[in-house]
Amino acid sequence: MIYSTRCYRFSAAHVLAHPELDQAENEKIFGKCANPGGHGHDYEVEVSVAGPLDPESGQIIRPGLLDEIFRETVEVRFAHRMLNEVEPFDRLVPTAENISETCHALLESVISRRSTARLAHVRVIETQQNFVDQGEL
Amino acid sequence: MLRVTRTIHFSTSLRYWLEDESEEENRKRFGREADRHGHNYRLEITVAGEPDPQTGMVINLVDLKNVAEREIMSRFDHKDLNLDTDYFVSIPPTPEHFASLIFDLLNAALPEGLLDRIRLHVAHDYFVDVIGSGA
Repeated sequence: MIYSTRCYRFSAAHVLAHPELDQAENEKIFGKCANPGGHGHDYEVEVSVAGPLDPESGQIIRPGLLDEIFRETVEVRFAHRMLNEVEPFDRLVPTAENISETCHALLESVISRRSTARLAHVRVIETQQNFVDQGEL
Repeated sequence: MLRVTRTIHFSTSLRYWLEDESEEENRKRFGREADRHGHNYRLEITVAGEPDPQTGMVINLVDLKNVAEREIMSRFDHKDLNLDTDYFVSIPPTPEHFASLIFDLLNAALPEGLLDRIRLHVAHDYFVDVIGSGA
């Protein structure tokens, strides 16, 4: 099985806090990540696709097309934004896990619609200390 | 089951070009990739198995290094994929095709069933994995 992976970056701010909990409860769960003023990360997202090689291009997907799809579905939504103000993180705590699931869901259908590839894996690297994997790689 | 990975680096020049097609068709199909360019490839070679009870190794890394040297470095390092090899006459040296070839060359040279996967980094933000059917 062959997988092709492109790595993207975007910078965004967030606060880890559940809207229905008070500040003391949020700090108990999320520690300094619950700071109401927020903080930010340079997120790196690795997007892996699998599928047949297109006979014309010899590739699973043209890298430029995957770049375009990432830009249109993820980057325009989240880059240089306060994540807690952007759907779905207005009701979902913007942890790396939830960012991964959201990116996966946003990318999956568009990749299938616009190419013969399928989304196989997403890795969200939040800091050098932690990343989240979702998929088969 | 353990996985052991060795990483090697090599540099090649290449262009996406099909010998049977016209210049116009090649340029239409591959755009900028049809111009000769080069990459610093980073290749992760991963073998899988149980450690030998005596040596404590899945494979002697010197043996793996020698296979990588013979099969990959001597064939491709500081070579041109189109001019110096016969592999890319009717298929373009895309990361997918190149990684598949590398997997097949290593798999044929290593003891059967040992090669688990390879990851070929084409750039800092672009890589291809080939995972064997035994994985």
